[in-house]
Amino acid sequence: MQFFGGSEISPSPPVPTATGNNAHMMYVFNRNGVCLLYREWNRPLHTLNPQQDHKLMFGLLFSLKSLTAKMDPTNAEKGNLGIPQLPGLGCSFHSFRTNTYKLSFMETPSGIKFILVTNPRTGDLRETLKYIYNLYVEYVAKNPLYTPGTLIRCELFNTALDQYVRSIA
Amino acid sequence: MPPAAPRSGDAIFASVERVNAELFTLTYGAIVRQLLTDLEEVEEVNKQLDQMGYNIGIRLIDEFLAKSNVSRCVDFKETAEMIAKVGFKMFLGVTASVMNWDADGTCCSIVLEDNPLVDFVELPDTCQGLYYCNILSGVIRGALEMVAMKTEVTWIRDMLRGDDAYELQVKLLKQVPEEYPYKDDE
Repeated sequence: MQFFGGSEISPSPPVPTATGNNAHMMYVFNRNGVCLLYREWNRPLHTLNPQQDHKLMFGLLFSLKSLTAKMDPTNAEKGNLGIPQLPGLGCSFHSFRTNTYKLSFMETPSGIKFILVTNPRTGDLRETLKYIYNLYVEYVAKNPLYTPGTLIRCELFNTALDQYVRSIA
Repeated sequence: MPPAAPRSGDAIFASVERVNAELFTLTYGAIVRQLLTDLEEVEEVNKQLDQMGYNIGIRLIDEFLAKSNVSRCVDFKETAEMIAKVGFKMFLGVTASVMNWDADGTCCSIVLEDNPLVDFVELPDTCQGLYYCNILSGVIRGALEMVAMKTEVTWIRDMLRGDDAYELQVKLLKQVPEEYPYKDDE
Protein backbone atom coordinates (compact mmCIF):
# COMPACT_ATOMS: atom_id res chain seq x y z
CA MET A 1 0.00 0.00 0.00
CA GLN A 2 1.00 3.63 -0.18
CA PHE A 3 3.66 5.06 2.03
CA PHE A 4 4.23 8.73 2.89
CA GLY A 5 7.88 9.68 3.15
CA GLY A 6 9.10 12.90 4.68
CA SER A 7 7.00 15.47 6.46
CA GLU A 8 5.31 17.33 3.64
CA ILE A 9 1.80 16.39 2.63
CA SER A 10 1.44 16.47 -1.10
CA PRO A 11 -1.24 15.18 -3.46
CA SER A 12 1.34 13.43 -5.62
CA PRO A 13 1.55 9.63 -5.31
CA PRO A 14 3.74 8.54 -2.38
CA VAL A 15 7.10 6.86 -2.92
CA PRO A 16 7.44 3.21 -1.77
CA THR A 17 10.38 2.54 0.53
CA ALA A 18 13.33 0.45 -0.53
CA THR A 19 12.42 -2.43 1.78
CA GLY A 20 8.74 -2.17 0.99
CA ASN A 21 7.94 -1.81 4.68
CA ASN A 22 4.97 0.28 5.56
CA ALA A 23 5.80 0.71 9.20
CA HIS A 24 8.27 3.16 10.67
CA MET A 25 9.13 1.48 13.93
CA MET A 26 7.91 -0.76 16.70
CA TYR A 27 8.36 -0.87 20.45
CA VAL A 28 7.52 -3.62 22.93
CA PHE A 29 7.54 -2.78 26.65
CA ASN A 30 6.80 -4.86 29.68
CA ARG A 31 4.94 -3.67 32.75
CA ASN A 32 8.13 -2.42 34.44
CA GLY A 33 9.03 -0.07 31.62
CA VAL A 34 11.79 -2.26 30.24
CA CYS A 35 11.97 -1.92 26.48
CA LEU A 36 11.92 -5.54 25.32
CA LEU A 37 12.16 -4.76 21.64
CA TYR A 38 12.76 -1.79 19.41
CA ARG A 39 12.61 -2.36 15.66
CA GLU A 40 13.21 0.38 13.17
CA TRP A 41 12.36 0.02 9.53
CA ASN A 42 12.13 3.56 8.36
CA ARG A 43 12.95 6.46 10.64
CA PRO A 44 14.68 9.38 8.98
CA LEU A 45 14.34 11.63 12.04
CA HIS A 46 15.98 10.83 15.38
CA THR A 47 15.59 13.49 18.05
CA LEU A 48 16.67 11.69 21.23
CA ASN A 49 19.17 9.05 22.20
CA PRO A 50 17.67 5.54 22.54
CA GLN A 51 17.24 5.51 26.34
CA GLN A 52 15.48 8.83 26.41
CA ASP A 53 13.42 7.81 23.44
CA HIS A 54 12.22 4.62 25.17
CA LYS A 55 11.53 6.43 28.44
CA LEU A 56 9.60 9.12 26.64
CA MET A 57 7.54 6.60 24.72
CA PHE A 58 6.72 4.56 27.81
CA GLY A 59 5.93 7.63 29.88
CA LEU A 60 3.73 9.02 27.14
CA LEU A 61 1.68 5.86 26.89
CA PHE A 62 1.44 5.42 30.62
CA SER A 63 0.07 8.92 31.00
CA LEU A 64 -2.22 8.63 28.00
CA LYS A 65 -3.75 5.44 29.33
CA SER A 66 -4.33 7.01 32.69
CA LEU A 67 -5.75 10.18 31.17
CA THR A 68 -8.10 8.42 28.78
CA ALA A 69 -9.43 6.23 31.58
CA LYS A 70 -10.03 9.18 33.88
CA MET A 71 -11.68 11.31 31.20
CA ASP A 72 -14.06 8.54 30.20
CA PRO A 73 -17.59 9.99 30.14
CA THR A 74 -19.32 6.62 30.04
CA ASN A 75 -17.72 4.88 32.97
CA ALA A 76 -19.50 5.38 36.29
CA GLU A 77 -16.55 4.52 38.47
CA LYS A 78 -13.62 6.88 38.22
CA GLY A 79 -10.48 6.93 40.30
CA ASN A 80 -8.57 10.05 41.25
CA LEU A 81 -5.88 11.29 38.96
CA GLY A 82 -2.51 9.92 39.93
CA ILE A 83 -3.68 6.66 41.44
CA PRO A 84 -2.06 3.79 39.59
CA GLN A 85 -4.42 1.57 37.63
CA LEU A 86 -4.43 -2.14 37.10
CA PRO A 87 -3.27 -2.89 33.56
CA GLY A 88 -6.18 -3.23 31.17
CA LEU A 89 -8.75 -1.85 33.60
CA GLY A 90 -11.27 0.69 32.45
CA CYS A 91 -11.20 2.00 28.92
CA SER A 92 -8.05 1.64 26.89
CA PHE A 93 -6.90 3.88 24.11
CA HIS A 94 -5.64 2.20 20.97
CA SER A 95 -4.23 4.77 18.59
CA PHE A 96 -3.49 8.38 17.83
CA ARG A 97 -2.82 9.98 14.51
CA THR A 98 -0.85 13.04 13.49
CA ASN A 99 -0.42 14.47 10.01
CA THR A 100 2.76 12.47 9.48
CA TYR A 101 2.26 9.18 11.34
CA LYS A 102 -0.15 6.98 13.21
CA LEU A 103 0.74 5.31 16.48
CA SER A 104 -1.17 2.13 17.36
CA PHE A 105 -1.05 0.67 20.84
CA MET A 106 -2.16 -2.53 22.49
CA GLU A 107 -1.69 -3.60 26.08
CA THR A 108 -2.26 -7.13 27.29
CA PRO A 109 -3.56 -7.86 30.78
CA SER A 110 -0.11 -9.21 31.57
CA GLY A 111 1.34 -5.74 31.03
CA ILE A 112 3.05 -6.29 27.69
CA LYS A 113 2.62 -3.18 25.52
CA PHE A 114 2.91 -3.26 21.75
CA ILE A 115 3.41 0.02 19.90
CA LEU A 116 3.48 0.25 16.15
CA VAL A 117 4.17 3.51 14.31
CA THR A 118 3.01 3.56 10.72
CA ASN A 119 1.98 5.96 8.01
CA PRO A 120 -1.14 7.99 8.74
CA ARG A 121 -3.27 6.26 6.12
CA THR A 122 -3.19 2.95 8.00
CA GLY A 123 -6.51 1.55 9.20
CA ASP A 124 -7.30 -0.04 12.51
CA LEU A 125 -4.34 -2.13 13.55
CA ARG A 126 -5.84 -3.90 16.55
CA GLU A 127 -6.03 -7.25 14.77
CA THR A 128 -2.48 -6.74 13.52
CA LEU A 129 -1.23 -6.12 17.03
CA LYS A 130 -3.10 -9.19 18.26
CA TYR A 131 -1.34 -11.24 15.60
CA ILE A 132 1.99 -9.79 16.67
CA TYR A 133 1.13 -10.80 20.25
CA ASN A 134 0.62 -14.33 18.97
CA LEU A 135 3.99 -14.18 17.27
CA TYR A 136 5.48 -12.97 20.57
CA VAL A 137 3.96 -15.96 22.37
CA GLU A 138 5.24 -18.46 19.84
CA TYR A 139 8.77 -17.16 19.38
CA VAL A 140 9.56 -15.40 22.64
CA ALA A 141 7.38 -16.64 25.51
CA LYS A 142 7.86 -20.25 24.50
CA ASN A 143 11.58 -19.82 23.88
CA PRO A 144 13.54 -21.52 26.67
CA LEU A 145 16.60 -19.42 25.94
CA TYR A 146 14.73 -16.20 26.62
CA THR A 147 14.55 -14.80 30.17
CA PRO A 148 11.28 -12.93 30.72
CA GLY A 149 11.80 -9.26 31.44
CA THR A 150 14.94 -8.89 29.36
CA LEU A 151 15.71 -7.65 25.87
CA ILE A 152 14.40 -9.91 23.13
CA ARG A 153 17.23 -11.32 21.07
CA CYS A 154 15.42 -13.94 19.00
CA GLU A 155 16.32 -13.90 15.35
CA LEU A 156 13.26 -15.97 14.41
CA PHE A 157 10.96 -13.49 16.07
CA ASN A 158 12.61 -10.58 14.28
CA THR A 159 12.35 -12.31 10.93
CA ALA A 160 8.73 -13.32 11.42
CA LEU A 161 7.89 -9.81 12.57
CA ASP A 162 9.59 -8.16 9.60
CA GLN A 163 7.82 -10.46 7.21
CA TYR A 164 4.45 -9.83 8.78
CA VAL A 165 4.84 -6.07 9.00
CA ARG A 166 5.79 -5.92 5.36
CA SER A 167 2.44 -7.41 4.47
CA ILE A 168 0.16 -5.07 6.44
CA ALA A 169 -1.73 -2.45 4.50
CA MET B 1 -14.77 -2.62 14.84
CA PRO B 2 -16.11 -4.53 17.87
CA PRO B 3 -13.50 -6.54 19.76
CA ALA B 4 -13.48 -10.27 19.03
CA ALA B 5 -15.37 -12.34 21.59
CA PRO B 6 -13.36 -14.56 23.97
CA ARG B 7 -13.21 -18.15 22.83
CA SER B 8 -14.36 -20.99 24.99
CA GLY B 9 -11.90 -23.52 26.36
CA ASP B 10 -13.25 -26.27 24.11
CA ALA B 11 -12.77 -24.27 20.95
CA ILE B 12 -9.20 -23.41 21.78
CA PHE B 13 -8.39 -26.93 22.94
CA ALA B 14 -9.58 -28.20 19.59
CA SER B 15 -7.43 -25.75 17.67
CA VAL B 16 -4.08 -25.97 19.49
CA GLU B 17 -1.46 -28.61 18.85
CA ARG B 18 -1.85 -31.44 21.32
CA VAL B 19 0.63 -33.98 22.61
CA ASN B 20 -0.06 -37.60 23.46
CA ALA B 21 -1.55 -37.81 26.95
CA GLU B 22 0.48 -40.83 28.00
CA LEU B 23 3.68 -39.19 26.87
CA PHE B 24 2.85 -36.13 28.92
CA THR B 25 1.98 -38.16 32.01
CA LEU B 26 5.03 -40.39 31.78
CA THR B 27 7.36 -37.43 31.15
CA TYR B 28 6.01 -35.65 34.21
CA GLY B 29 6.41 -38.83 36.22
CA ALA B 30 10.01 -39.14 35.08
CA ILE B 31 10.68 -35.54 36.14
CA VAL B 32 9.28 -36.11 39.62
CA ARG B 33 11.17 -39.39 39.92
CA GLN B 34 14.43 -37.69 38.96
CA LEU B 35 13.82 -34.81 41.37
CA LEU B 36 13.29 -37.31 44.18
CA THR B 37 16.57 -39.02 43.33
CA ASP B 38 18.49 -35.74 43.09
CA LEU B 39 17.03 -33.89 46.04
CA GLU B 40 16.06 -36.78 48.32
CA GLU B 41 14.03 -34.55 50.69
CA VAL B 42 10.32 -34.57 49.92
CA GLU B 43 9.94 -30.95 51.05
CA GLU B 44 12.71 -29.88 48.67
CA VAL B 45 10.99 -31.64 45.80
CA ASN B 46 7.72 -29.91 46.64
CA LYS B 47 9.47 -26.55 46.59
CA GLN B 48 11.27 -27.31 43.36
CA LEU B 49 8.06 -28.39 41.64
CA ASP B 50 6.42 -25.17 42.76
CA GLN B 51 9.33 -23.13 41.41
CA MET B 52 9.22 -24.96 38.10
CA GLY B 53 5.51 -24.33 37.93
CA TYR B 54 6.09 -20.66 38.64
CA ASN B 55 8.56 -20.38 35.76
CA ILE B 56 6.06 -22.06 33.47
CA GLY B 57 3.21 -19.87 34.71
CA ILE B 58 4.89 -16.56 33.93
CA ARG B 59 5.20 -17.59 30.27
CA LEU B 60 1.97 -19.55 30.05
CA ILE B 61 -0.11 -16.49 30.88
CA ASP B 62 0.82 -14.80 27.60
CA GLU B 63 -0.16 -17.85 25.61
CA PHE B 64 -3.42 -18.04 27.51
CA LEU B 65 -4.21 -14.38 26.91
CA ALA B 66 -3.25 -14.50 23.25
CA LYS B 67 -5.23 -17.63 22.41
CA SER B 68 -8.31 -17.06 24.52
CA ASN B 69 -8.67 -13.38 23.66
CA VAL B 70 -10.09 -12.45 27.04
CA SER B 71 -10.07 -8.96 28.38
CA ARG B 72 -9.18 -8.29 31.96
CA CYS B 73 -11.42 -9.99 34.51
CA VAL B 74 -13.58 -7.68 36.58
CA ASP B 75 -13.03 -9.43 39.89
CA PHE B 76 -11.38 -12.45 41.43
CA LYS B 77 -14.50 -14.58 41.00
CA GLU B 78 -14.30 -14.17 37.26
CA THR B 79 -10.58 -14.92 37.38
CA ALA B 80 -11.16 -18.20 39.19
CA GLU B 81 -13.85 -19.19 36.69
CA MET B 82 -11.49 -18.37 33.82
CA ILE B 83 -8.75 -20.55 35.27
CA ALA B 84 -11.07 -23.47 35.93
CA LYS B 85 -13.14 -23.39 32.77
CA VAL B 86 -10.87 -21.97 30.09
CA GLY B 87 -7.35 -22.41 31.41
CA PHE B 88 -7.50 -26.01 32.56
CA LYS B 89 -9.48 -27.00 29.48
CA MET B 90 -7.03 -25.31 27.14
CA PHE B 91 -3.86 -26.73 28.59
CA LEU B 92 -4.83 -30.01 30.20
CA GLY B 93 -8.05 -30.89 28.45
CA VAL B 94 -10.01 -31.20 31.69
CA THR B 95 -12.58 -28.89 33.21
CA ALA B 96 -12.39 -27.94 36.84
CA SER B 97 -15.04 -26.40 39.04
CA VAL B 98 -14.87 -23.53 41.48
CA MET B 99 -16.44 -23.76 44.90
CA ASN B 100 -16.17 -22.78 48.57
CA TRP B 101 -16.03 -19.05 48.15
CA ASP B 102 -15.35 -17.19 51.34
CA ALA B 103 -17.22 -14.08 52.43
CA ASP B 104 -14.81 -11.54 50.88
CA GLY B 105 -14.57 -13.31 47.56
CA THR B 106 -10.80 -13.60 47.90
CA CYS B 107 -10.44 -17.30 48.55
CA CYS B 108 -11.85 -20.23 46.65
CA SER B 109 -11.26 -23.86 45.81
CA ILE B 110 -10.69 -25.26 42.37
CA VAL B 111 -11.71 -28.91 42.21
CA LEU B 112 -10.44 -31.33 39.61
CA GLU B 113 -12.23 -34.62 39.18
CA ASP B 114 -9.86 -35.80 36.52
CA ASN B 115 -6.14 -35.08 36.53
CA PRO B 116 -4.00 -36.20 33.59
CA LEU B 117 -0.76 -35.82 35.55
CA VAL B 118 -1.53 -38.67 37.94
CA ASP B 119 -2.57 -41.48 35.63
CA PHE B 120 -0.73 -44.68 36.59
CA VAL B 121 0.73 -43.04 39.73
CA GLU B 122 0.89 -44.47 43.22
CA LEU B 123 2.82 -42.85 46.05
CA PRO B 124 5.12 -45.19 47.98
CA ASP B 125 5.38 -45.01 51.78
CA THR B 126 8.67 -43.15 51.64
CA CYS B 127 7.08 -40.24 49.79
CA GLN B 128 3.97 -39.58 51.80
CA GLY B 129 4.63 -35.87 52.19
CA LEU B 130 4.98 -35.34 48.47
CA TYR B 131 2.55 -33.08 46.62
CA TYR B 132 2.86 -34.82 43.29
CA CYS B 133 0.98 -32.16 41.32
CA ASN B 134 2.65 -29.23 42.98
CA ILE B 135 3.69 -27.94 39.61
CA LEU B 136 0.06 -26.90 39.06
CA SER B 137 0.04 -24.68 42.11
CA GLY B 138 3.20 -22.98 40.86
CA VAL B 139 1.71 -22.46 37.41
CA ILE B 140 -1.38 -20.76 38.80
CA ARG B 141 0.66 -18.60 41.15
CA GLY B 142 3.07 -17.54 38.40
CA ALA B 143 0.36 -16.80 35.89
CA LEU B 144 -1.69 -14.72 38.31
CA GLU B 145 1.36 -12.77 39.39
CA MET B 146 1.82 -11.60 35.81
CA VAL B 147 -1.69 -10.17 35.83
CA ALA B 148 -1.03 -8.15 38.97
CA MET B 149 -2.43 -10.57 41.57
CA LYS B 150 -0.36 -11.99 44.37
CA THR B 151 -1.85 -15.29 45.44
CA GLU B 152 -1.17 -18.26 47.61
CA VAL B 153 -2.05 -21.67 46.18
CA THR B 154 -2.14 -24.78 48.33
CA TRP B 155 -3.43 -28.35 48.02
CA ILE B 156 -6.40 -29.22 50.19
CA ARG B 157 -7.31 -32.65 48.83
CA ASP B 158 -5.10 -35.02 46.90
CA MET B 159 -6.34 -38.30 45.48
CA LEU B 160 -2.89 -39.84 45.76
CA ARG B 161 -3.20 -39.44 49.49
CA GLY B 162 -6.57 -41.12 49.69
CA ASP B 163 -9.01 -38.23 49.18
CA ASP B 164 -11.79 -38.36 46.62
CA ALA B 165 -10.78 -35.45 44.38
CA TYR B 166 -8.03 -32.90 43.77
CA GLU B 167 -8.74 -29.60 45.44
CA LEU B 168 -6.56 -26.52 45.17
CA GLN B 169 -7.13 -23.54 47.37
CA VAL B 170 -6.41 -20.23 45.66
CA LYS B 171 -6.20 -17.25 47.98
CA LEU B 172 -5.81 -13.71 46.71
CA LEU B 173 -3.31 -11.88 48.88
CA LYS B 174 -3.30 -8.55 47.10
CA GLN B 175 -3.69 -6.82 43.77
CA VAL B 176 -0.60 -4.95 42.64
CA PRO B 177 -1.53 -2.01 40.44
CA GLU B 178 0.84 -0.64 37.83
CA GLU B 179 3.24 2.04 39.00
CA TYR B 180 5.27 4.44 36.98
CA PRO B 181 8.66 2.72 37.05
CA TYR B 182 10.98 5.65 36.45
CA LYS B 183 11.71 7.38 39.73
CA ASP B 184 13.63 10.41 38.50
CA ASP B 185 11.78 13.28 36.86
CA GLU B 186 13.18 14.13 33.49
